Amino acid sequence: MTVLTPTSPSPSPPKSSPPTWLRYFSFCTDAKVIGIQYVVLSFVFFLIGGFLAMVMRGELLTPAADLVDRTVYNGLYTMHGTIMLFLFTFPVLNGFNNLLIPVMIGAPDMAFPRLNALAFWMFPVFGLVLIASFFVPGGPASAGWWSYPPISVQNPLGHLINGESLWILAVALSGISSILGALNFVTTILRMRAPGMGLFRMPIFCWTALAAQTIQLIGLPALTGGAVMLLLDLTVGTTFYDPTGGGDPVLYQHFFWFYSHPAVYVIILPVFGIFSELFPVYARKPLFGYPFVAIASFVIVGLGLIVWVHHMFPSGVSQWMRDLFMVTTMLIAVPTGVKVFAWLGTLWGGKLKLTTPMLFALGGLINFVFAGITGIMLATVPIDIHVNNTYFVVGHFHYVIYGAAVMGIFAAIYHWFPKFTGRMPYEGLGKLHCLLTFVGANLNFLPMHPLGLMGMPRRVSSYDPEFAFWNVLASLGAFLLGVSIIPFLLNMVSSVVRGEPAGANPWRAIGLEWLLPSPPPIENFEDHVPTVISAPYGYGTGKPLVEHQGEIELALALLEGRA
Amino acid sequence: MSTSSPLDPSAAPDPAAHGEHGGHPNFTLTGFVIFLLSESVIFLAFFSGYTALKLSATAWLPSGVEGLEWQTPLINSVVLVSSSGTIALAEWFKHRGSLWGFRAFWLLTMAMGAYFLLGQAQEWRSLSFGFTDGTFGGTFYLLTGFHGLHVATGILLMALMLLKSFLPGNYDGGEQGVVATSLFWHFVDVIWILLFLLLYVWR
Repeated sequence: MTVLTPTSPSPSPPKSSPPTWLRYFSFCTDAKVIGIQYVVLSFVFFLIGGFLAMVMRGELLTPAADLVDRTVYNGLYTMHGTIMLFLFTFPVLNGFNNLLIPVMIGAPDMAFPRLNALAFWMFPVFGLVLIASFFVPGGPASAGWWSYPPISVQNPLGHLINGESLWILAVALSGISSILGALNFVTTILRMRAPGMGLFRMPIFCWTALAAQTIQLIGLPALTGGAVMLLLDLTVGTTFYDPTGGGDPVLYQHFFWFYSHPAVYVIILPVFGIFSELFPVYARKPLFGYPFVAIASFVIVGLGLIVWVHHMFPSGVSQWMRDLFMVTTMLIAVPTGVKVFAWLGTLWGGKLKLTTPMLFALGGLINFVFAGITGIMLATVPIDIHVNNTYFVVGHFHYVIYGAAVMGIFAAIYHWFPKFTGRMPYEGLGKLHCLLTFVGANLNFLPMHPLGLMGMPRRVSSYDPEFAFWNVLASLGAFLLGVSIIPFLLNMVSSVVRGEPAGANPWRAIGLEWLLPSPPPIENFEDHVPTVISAPYGYGTGKPLVEHQGEIELALALLEGRA
Repeated sequence: MSTSSPLDPSAAPDPAAHGEHGGHPNFTLTGFVIFLLSESVIFLAFFSGYTALKLSATAWLPSGVEGLEWQTPLINSVVLVSSSGTIALAEWFKHRGSLWGFRAFWLLTMAMGAYFLLGQAQEWRSLSFGFTDGTFGGTFYLLTGFHGLHVATGILLMALMLLKSFLPGNYDGGEQGVVATSLFWHFVDVIWILLFLLLYVWR
């Protein structure tokens, strides 16, 4: 072990040693191992959540409720939403945080490695708790992923351990795990950056991770507090949310959305970070308006904490609240728009290289802009009340989460896969995956908008035959999305086994992580952390990022036998 | 921290940043302060829930309940809040290198915390309403119980630090655990002042 005091960069970067697969099943404190643990396990749950969605879209192929029982259908959409958010999206992004933050800022590991491993190992535990709820009497939670009382505090069978109490337990554990993770990421970013890397020389992904984790630290405790009160109402018999005992069901909605609206920014901010990392690489131009993109992340955090009531416009809130939250919600479009225009400015006149990660990022950006426009529509009180609880909301949400976030996640996987495995993914399979995902997502989620405007409510297993046409289209899109996972999994497995060796910097990208061998050694730069001397994304400027960059690159080339 | 990182070689070395783990930098305090800020949001959520329910209640007190007796809780509060002073004294002694002074005041702080907890338990036993008696009973026991849990955690942390003080050489390089425990204790006290105002003073 060495003290983290940088000396002159060594001419030979440390050699990478191939990790044994057993480490991935142990209480390993190496952030790179934990990152891969997060990503792989989250994709297991992604397949489970996706399977539930396939069953739902199968049910909705016909207007009648003929595939599953209505009660089962209630459980399906509840568990689909919960699994996809708490067991896929948050963990996969925490995986990226673990993989990328230390190598991007030149730290050897996280600030608290043991806490990091603890936070990860809570993930399989609450995952199992949630999945176990399928097998308890009465079935899993069926109150929707919001778990609104009074529906969520119904316990007709009277068992102490029921679907809903397991749901609350899983969500609370997930919250604790996320808070532990957030403590780690924030401390690491604030205290462990390479010499010379001031905040305004930090890669945008780290800015967005910092912003997103700030939301976790502020928002999650509120949700946890609200969930504790819900659990007490359900099991002990308190009346916090029960009007017959003086309680208020709308109070729960405040707790829930105070966190769960910003939670969408916890998801989308790192994806903005991924876009900001990828566009400069594949357009060969510096990121347009770097400081504005960086600051916009925190403007989104600030505004994001004061918009939650837009989920509650029809919940009997007063008119001044509706007006206020409509305005704050619309204001979010300003920092978001700053980012979108910065990306367009980056792409404008660039030498675009349409690799798989770039195609995923471009597709994600297109879907995001569409989702942003319907978001502004939904912020408008009269429109929101009109389409409240219809498929319009479902369509908007899935454009954000699947169209933009999941495509951004895939972009990141294809982009950094060579760095952490040392092998290149296959371009052909990757492009097929991208095409199927983009077409599938749009075919699946676009028809939900006309359906919502026509008045089809969400969370129903049977519907009026006039909605059949758009539903059949949406289901076909969903099945296409299901198929799109096959080339992805094939690609990942076969590339790990026999993909072409990647080398340290296959995309000719600029960033500290690309000055490390692939895969990086256990402690990254160890005590040879390079000193950062210029702003990130110096594409086409010819300026070196770090001191002695030539020597480091030469040493990497020697290591690979290229020179 | 605008242009140069704390790891900049030109910056003065931060002794607290290099803890016991084989030279790995130790950022326990940074992490702990962030944790406390995050933890305060749970209390904030409970406080705002309490306020919202109380403001909108048609009948706040359950029938037959007169309200809360405040004299004994006030004495308990004075004891708890003054323990913030004794823990600061304990830290001052440790800073001066007097381990026995540190241990004495540290133990006194623990005793004052325990006195507060006992008083809380006695108050709970004497009350005529329970956890499920409307939102008044629910919020009262939720708030005092959750705070009491923090007091108990604080006493346990202090006991741990007291035991560690008997390990020779343990405090030579400065002990972040003591600072963190003390911060936690101040946090618990400040929360109690707010709680006292909300529960006992606001009628």
